[in-house]
Amino acid sequence: MKVELKNNKRFLSGIMFLIVGGVAIYMAQDYPMGTALRMGPGYFPIVLGGIILLFGIWELIIGVLKPDPVKGNWSIRALIVLPLATVIFGIAMEKVGFIPALVTLIIVSAFAGDEFKVWEVAGLAVGLTIMCTLIFIYGLGLPYPLFSGH
Amino acid sequence: MELFNNLILGFTVALSLQNLMYCFIGVFLGTLIGVLPGIGPLATIAMLLPITFNVAPTSALIMLAGIYYGAQYGGSTTAILVNLPGETSAVVTTFDGYQMARQGRAGPALGIAAIGSFVAGTFCTMLIALFGPPLAEMALKFGAPEYFSLMLMGLVTAAVLAHGDMAKALAMTALGLLLGVVGTDVNSGMARFSFGFPELTDGIGFVVLAVGVFAIGEIVSNLGDKEERQIFTGQKIKNLWPNKQDLKDSAMPIMRGTLLGAFFGVLPGTGPSIASFSSYMLEKKMSKHPEKFGKGAIEGVAGPESANNADAQTKFIPTLTLGIPASATMALMLGALTIQGIAPGPQVMTQKPDLFWGLVASMWVGNLMLVLLNMPLIGLWVSLLKVPYRLLFPAIMAFSCIGIYSVNNSAFEIYLTAIFGVVGFIWLRLECQPAPLLLGFVLGPLMEENLRRALLISRGDPTVFFTRPISLGFMIATAIIVIIMVLPALKKRRAAITD
Repeated sequence: MKVELKNNKRFLSGIMFLIVGGVAIYMAQDYPMGTALRMGPGYFPIVLGGIILLFGIWELIIGVLKPDPVKGNWSIRALIVLPLATVIFGIAMEKVGFIPALVTLIIVSAFAGDEFKVWEVAGLAVGLTIMCTLIFIYGLGLPYPLFSGH
Repeated sequence: MELFNNLILGFTVALSLQNLMYCFIGVFLGTLIGVLPGIGPLATIAMLLPITFNVAPTSALIMLAGIYYGAQYGGSTTAILVNLPGETSAVVTTFDGYQMARQGRAGPALGIAAIGSFVAGTFCTMLIALFGPPLAEMALKFGAPEYFSLMLMGLVTAAVLAHGDMAKALAMTALGLLLGVVGTDVNSGMARFSFGFPELTDGIGFVVLAVGVFAIGEIVSNLGDKEERQIFTGQKIKNLWPNKQDLKDSAMPIMRGTLLGAFFGVLPGTGPSIASFSSYMLEKKMSKHPEKFGKGAIEGVAGPESANNADAQTKFIPTLTLGIPASATMALMLGALTIQGIAPGPQVMTQKPDLFWGLVASMWVGNLMLVLLNMPLIGLWVSLLKVPYRLLFPAIMAFSCIGIYSVNNSAFEIYLTAIFGVVGFIWLRLECQPAPLLLGFVLGPLMEENLRRALLISRGDPTVFFTRPISLGFMIATAIIVIIMVLPALKKRRAAITD
C-alpha cells in the first residue's frame, strides 16, 4: 500500500520529534553545560534533546520503510474552533467579565460540532452559565466580576 | 496494633460528614463519566483539579480518587448494556457482559461486576494499608541515586508497557521530561525555555498541560471521529442479584482477577486494560468449558471486572508511598497534592497521617457506596447514555476553561491551554501517546534534581547508579523489562494484549 509522506504516521511523528529535539538542543546551547560533577542548567535539556532527536530519526526511517497511514480525520473545523473559543474566553474574562465570557465560550464551542441547533445551543448556554455561576462564583467563591473586566 | 489504630484514624477522617459528601460527589461523578463514552477519568480529574484548590487537601484527594475508581464501575455498565466500553478498561467486559445482557441476564452481569469490583476494592484497600507503611519507610532511606533509578524504572516501564509503538512512547517520555524542565532552574536561577514570556519562568502549569491535551485535544479528536453512538433501546432490568450458581462460578475468577489486578497495579504504566485482558485470558484457560466464553460466560465478566478495579486501587501504592505515579491519572493525583502545597513522597504518610489513612479508608467507603448506589441508579445511567455528545463537549469546555483560569487568574495560561489542545490533538492523531508524556512531565524536575545530587555525591562518577545495591536492583529490573518487551516472540503477545 502506498502511503504519502504527508499522511505517514511514523514519518510525521519523526519530523515532530526532530523539530522538538533540534529546537531544544539549539536553545539549550545558551545555557552553561557544566560538568558531570556540577551540572549546569544546560546538561539535562541537551541530553533529553539528544534522546528525542535519536528517536525522531528512528521513527523517520521506520516510517519510510514501513508506511502506515494516519487513522481518523484531522477535523480541521474543531481544531480551529475549540482553541479559538478558549482564547476568546481568556480575553473576555479580562475585559468583560465572567458571564459574557462563559456564554461566548459555550456558543463558539458549539460551532465545532457538526450540528448546530440554535435553540438547543441557546438553552445550553443559559443552563450551563447559570449552573457554573452558582457552582463557581457562589459555591466556591471565585472572585470574578460577573459583568465587568478586571 | 498500629495498623488497627491507623485504620481507626482513617475511618474517623473518612466518615466525617464533609468527607463522606466529597466521597459521594467523587464516586457519583466518576460513575457518570465512566458511563459516558468519550470522557474519561483523566480528563475529568484534570478539569476538576484546579477547583480542588478551594477544598481541604484530604477532601480533595478523596473526591478525585472517587472519580477514578468510580469510573471503572461506570465503564462496565456501558459495556454490558450497550456493548460499548465506557472506559478502555471495560473493553473485555463487552465480550461476555453484552452477551449476557442479550440473553436477558443484564441484571446478574451488572451485579457480578459490582460484587467483583467491591471484593477487589476491599482486598486492595487492605493491601495498601498493609504494605504502604513499610514501603514508605524503606523509601525514606533512599538517597538521590536510588530515587533517580526508581524514577527511571517507572518511566521506562510505563513507556514500554504503554499501548502501541515503544519508540514513540519513550520519545514522548523524554519530551515530557523536557517540558518539565521549562522554567527557572533551581540551582542557577536561569530561566530555561521561557521564550521570553515571564509567565513561563514559573514553568508550565500542570493543569494547563493536562487539560489542554486530555480535555481539549481529546474533544477535537472525538469530534473528528464521527462514530455513531448507539442508543440503548433497552430491556427492563430486574433482579440484579446473581443466583447461587452464578456466585459459585464467579468466586474463583473474582479471587484470581483481584490478585492479577493487584500485581499489575503496582507495575507502572500498565493500564487497567492489561489487567482485565490478562484476567480474561486466564479465566478462559482455566475454564472447563472455554467454548462458553464470548457467549455470555459470567466468569468472563467477574474476573476482568475484579482485575481492573484491583489495578485501579493498587496504583495508589507506589503513588502514595514513593511519590512515583504509576499512571497518568496518578500523576494528576500527585498534581493535586502539589497544588495543595504538599510535596508528594514517602514523608506524606508520617507527616500527614490523616490524609493518607483517610484516603485509604475512604476508598473502602467509596467502593461500598458504589455497590449500594449504582444498583438503584442503573436507570439513571442508562438515560444518561442518550445525551448526545454535542451537548456534552461545550460543558467540558466551560468547566476546563474556568478551572484553568482559576489556578492563577491568568489569561496567559488559557492561551497556553489552547496551544496544548492543538498539540495534544496532533499527538493523538499521530498515535504519540500523551500518557507517558504526562508522567515524564511530573517527574522531570525531580529527576534532574536527583541526577544532579547523585553525581555531586559521587564526585561525578556515573557508576554510582550501579554500585549502590538498591539502585542497581532498579537498574537491573528496568533492563529486564526492556529486554522482555523487545524480544520478538513476546512482542506479538504484547500486541495481542494491548490491541
